[in-house]
Amino acid sequence: MSAPLATSFLQSADFIYVLYIVAFALFIQGLRGLSGPTTAVRGNRVAAVGMAIAVVATLLYPSEGNWGLIALGIVLGVVVGVPAARQVKMTAMPQMVALFNGVGGGAVAIISWVEFRSHGSSYGSHTLVRTFESGPFVEHAVVHTGALPTYVAIFSVFAAIVGSVSFWGSNIAFGKLQEILPGRPITLGAGQQIVNMVLLVLAVAAGVDLVAGAHSELLFIGMLIVAALLGNAVVLPIGGADMPVVISLLNAFTGLSAAATGMALNNPALIVAGMIVGASGSILTNLMATAMNRSIPSIVAGGFGGGGAVAGAQGAGEHQGTVRSTSAADAAIQLAYASRVVVVPGYGMAVAQAQHAVRELTKELEGRGVEVSYAIHPVAGRMPGHMNVLLAEADVPYDQLKEMDDANPDFQRTDVSLVIGANDVTNPAAKNTPSSPIYGMPILEVADSHSVIVIKRSMNPGFAGIENELYFDPKTSMLFGDAKSAVSEITAELAGL
Amino acid sequence: MIASVLTTNLAILVLAGFIGFVVISKVPNTLHTPLMSGTNAIHGIVLLGGLLLFGFADLGAFSKFLLVIAVAFGTINVVGGFLVTDRMLDMFKSRPKPKASEDDLAGDAKDGSETKPGSDGKAGS
Repeated sequence: MSAPLATSFLQSADFIYVLYIVAFALFIQGLRGLSGPTTAVRGNRVAAVGMAIAVVATLLYPSEGNWGLIALGIVLGVVVGVPAARQVKMTAMPQMVALFNGVGGGAVAIISWVEFRSHGSSYGSHTLVRTFESGPFVEHAVVHTGALPTYVAIFSVFAAIVGSVSFWGSNIAFGKLQEILPGRPITLGAGQQIVNMVLLVLAVAAGVDLVAGAHSELLFIGMLIVAALLGNAVVLPIGGADMPVVISLLNAFTGLSAAATGMALNNPALIVAGMIVGASGSILTNLMATAMNRSIPSIVAGGFGGGGAVAGAQGAGEHQGTVRSTSAADAAIQLAYASRVVVVPGYGMAVAQAQHAVRELTKELEGRGVEVSYAIHPVAGRMPGHMNVLLAEADVPYDQLKEMDDANPDFQRTDVSLVIGANDVTNPAAKNTPSSPIYGMPILEVADSHSVIVIKRSMNPGFAGIENELYFDPKTSMLFGDAKSAVSEITAELAGL
Repeated sequence: MIASVLTTNLAILVLAGFIGFVVISKVPNTLHTPLMSGTNAIHGIVLLGGLLLFGFADLGAFSKFLLVIAVAFGTINVVGGFLVTDRMLDMFKSRPKPKASEDDLAGDAKDGSETKPGSDGKAGS
């Protein structure tokens, strides 16, 4: 045993390590709980307890009298984070998640920076090298002379770059979702990918130089700035509908950068937690991309935004069929005499905050003996599972929510599909028109149902400018208006029938 | 003979990655949002990195300032993330609760007036 007698057991590395093991066991157990709706609440709380234990364990390390500053940081975080989390509306959830993800990435980048400064602004410095040492298990921050292990520098630099990209990328995503920035792709055109490449190469080159021992804080700051520009350049060209993919990708990024920080600081709790998030974020990103039939690189390259806008311009004149518009009263009658109705919600429902109105409508329909269910596309909305959260907020029973694969076979025996603010995920062009930018994307096959009512603000095409053939289908009728008021009108008409 | 810190940690890293894949791949679509915001909260663990660095002796004032920000950011990430996830999951849990939904509706009626006009252009998917 190498632990000096002077150190009390409570401050020994072994004790801290045991607490870490308990903490990440709780993370894993908590995430397991998140896989089912009945165990999820507990799972989340179990993970939160794990986090509390990890924080307490870390506070057992000597802190060189910085208690006041630590408390200040934590209090600041609580004062900002708690009210934000308490007050955010369910419809604003995607941007909240983006923001929380961003600050996590920012923390990673800053920590790498301070770590670099603490080594005397050079990873190759031969004077002030501090590491956490004592065998594989951590004991104390040790100051000694000699070069830092190269891998520490590599992981630090990786964390700095990815953390900075994640911070700025998430902030841009937040800006787009909050509509501070336009949701449409903002792109430099054909040069975009070249610019991104150049920025990436510059960031990596600066990183390599630093790992090789460059003694320059300016270079480090420059690297952070280039990575920041890269974060902006990558997310700005991505259109609103690709947000589910982007948010989960940035989530994975922050996780991986946290794991890298853990490797650099020799902290197992960071490594395990960061890596689990990295892995789960990657899975989610992949699921989202598959649901859109697109590869992650093509989304990151802004292919949809750029390509889609062009295709939209070309396609504008293609479908000049007639559009049949309807009134709330007619829609109410149509729904009242249906025996099976499927509601297809999309981002329009979220924007109009129409979920409660939708719930009222379906309650009214159920009261009349109509069988109601909801068909949820995996990428409907602006984050994975967005629609499910909103409908759950409105007390829609869990078993009425059908995933795409379960919902599609049933459209053929559905009398009315009620499409509320969903567009691209219902577009038959994804199946029928090979030239369409969304060709091959799995869709909800509402066109198979006997009739379709689409609630939409206007005939404006979706964000990518793709015309929706569905609207020109003879069995489709359009009810123009704000989703919330249109749905409420239908409910009122139904009650009067 | 003891394995180096690097290889020990790499082993942890790789195993954690596999655990992440295995645990998460079973989550149903419905719970993707809470899952994402839950894992989002977990990566707030970088907060620990900030706490650890405070343990370095003779940090400069600017480094300390940066660390306070890093700890604050990490705390926002952790606390906000878990709270938001809890709020979301609570809604999945409570099915037959008519009282609560009335309250929600009352609150929502006010919010509705803020609905931004002309945002239909983004109504895709």
